[in-house]
Amino acid sequence: MTSSPNSANSKGQSAVSQYSVAPQRQFFGNFMTGLVLFCVALALLPLASILFMVLSQGLSRLLQDFPSVFTQLPPPPLVDGGGFRNAIVGTIITSLLGALISVPVGIMAAIYTVEFGQGNRISQFVRFCTNVLSGVPSIIAGLFAYGIVVLAMGTFSATAGGVALSVLMAPIVIRTTEEGLKSIPRDVRQAIVGIGATNFQGIFSVILPAVLPFIATGVTLALARAAGETAPLLFTALFNQYDARNPLREPTATLSVLIYNYAISPFRNQNELAWAAALIVVLLILGISVISRSLTSRKVY
Amino acid sequence: MTNPSIETNHTSPIHGDVVIRTENVSIYYGSFQAVRNVFLDIPKNRVVAFIGPSGCGKSTLLRCYNRLNDLIPGARVEGKITYQGVDLYDPKVDPVEVRRRIGMVFQRPNPFPKSIYENIAFGARVNGFKGDLDELVERSLRGAALWDEVKDKLKESGLSLSGGQQQRLCIARAIAIEPEVILMDEPCSALDPISTLRVEDLINELKQQFTIIIVTHNMQQASRVADYTAFFNAEAGETGSRFGYLVEYAPTEQIFNAPQQQATQDYVSGRFG
Repeated sequence: MTSSPNSANSKGQSAVSQYSVAPQRQFFGNFMTGLVLFCVALALLPLASILFMVLSQGLSRLLQDFPSVFTQLPPPPLVDGGGFRNAIVGTIITSLLGALISVPVGIMAAIYTVEFGQGNRISQFVRFCTNVLSGVPSIIAGLFAYGIVVLAMGTFSATAGGVALSVLMAPIVIRTTEEGLKSIPRDVRQAIVGIGATNFQGIFSVILPAVLPFIATGVTLALARAAGETAPLLFTALFNQYDARNPLREPTATLSVLIYNYAISPFRNQNELAWAAALIVVLLILGISVISRSLTSRKVY
Repeated sequence: MTNPSIETNHTSPIHGDVVIRTENVSIYYGSFQAVRNVFLDIPKNRVVAFIGPSGCGKSTLLRCYNRLNDLIPGARVEGKITYQGVDLYDPKVDPVEVRRRIGMVFQRPNPFPKSIYENIAFGARVNGFKGDLDELVERSLRGAALWDEVKDKLKESGLSLSGGQQQRLCIARAIAIEPEVILMDEPCSALDPISTLRVEDLINELKQQFTIIIVTHNMQQASRVADYTAFFNAEAGETGSRFGYLVEYAPTEQIFNAPQQQATQDYVSGRFG
């Protein structure tokens, strides 16, 4: 190094000090950063406390009776041990039934509103209905399924539960699919038309494959929602102490309803089972959310 | 209503077969007239360039030749566009069928989010291609001067290619459906000079087989690739809204060296636009 850049450097330093942050601004900046961090902690507190409670109360039972909690039926009152395999199976069945109804309907509705409706009256109406539907209290969805399925079939069943859940799942599927369809650049749409593809060919061969990550995200989010819902299942799938032999036309146990029933039961063993089931539900939803995030990251556009 | 500069363009400079005939075509978006009274014949196996300032309607007109404007709500074509004698806007004509015969390359490269192979095979399948797909993909990629660069990664996404390669992939996709005419809407405007040169070389080769209409902002490009050049201009109409019209259509040499119209002279010599 020669001396000239050094002298320039020292000059530069004295000049820099004129531009340094004033102390009161530095204090204000630190204060605000602290405030924001505090608010973040406040927002995370409920999640952390829920996880802590569920883990501390549920984990011991889960580990102690592993794996019989997964394989046994709930015991009668005042009998120790037991599990909730019927509720696990029931949750899977009702959620899948819900998906079976809501996913095709949701995807097709989204394709209509984005690809064909393009802002016409019907598509605006569909979008409005979607918004309303996603705001409907879940118990109302249960009431709806009670009215059209339970009363018609004359029995509570997983079918009715699935219908109730599908009402809650459809808006999620529609929204995420719509989002995906809208993310397809106009250039690509023109390219599809430009090579002489029909709408059907374009949508099924180019657009839907590109939108698949969005759809998968929507489906997993909807499943996560369905797995945790209780209110719409209370008077649709109802509950069952035993395995439903034919879930499609028999009352069926689900994890969420089991938690509800056993949490308010006066028996300690039942309370413990409720905590263990709560832990399973939380882990299930956590797992599904993680999957959905990894699916979203695979999107093309 | 009549514009004096329009009246002079009714005589066609074309010798030989005419593929597309544009007769007194005006294009509207709703009530707005975008292009007014164009008469223009496109010769077979030649390259025709559309040049002119922004907003003069050259792209709009180009998109009428494969009925791409159908997608824009409110777009309407008046007058008559015939392709090999068939009125393209006849109610009985299926726009999908038109687009299979008149292919298009867009301003920005827009490969499908699929593999390189599928990008080309999709168009062929859509068109009911029954032959050897592998052979068609190779032939199309060779035709677009892209084969050597991608032959080892046909399974990779078309989006993984560089911009210039993507645009050549789009050209390969267009020629794979074996159209008779290829429309190119500023195909090089998103490319670097080297990629541009490759695409231009390609255009020169393609005209053996295809009729090409190319919209370009680059006058050197028009002079390099085009046999005929049409100069469009925009003018404010009675209502104050600007409309585009054809000023002059002649062999490229004449447009650049001895234009008949003052506006053409001004434009090609860089005095405006």
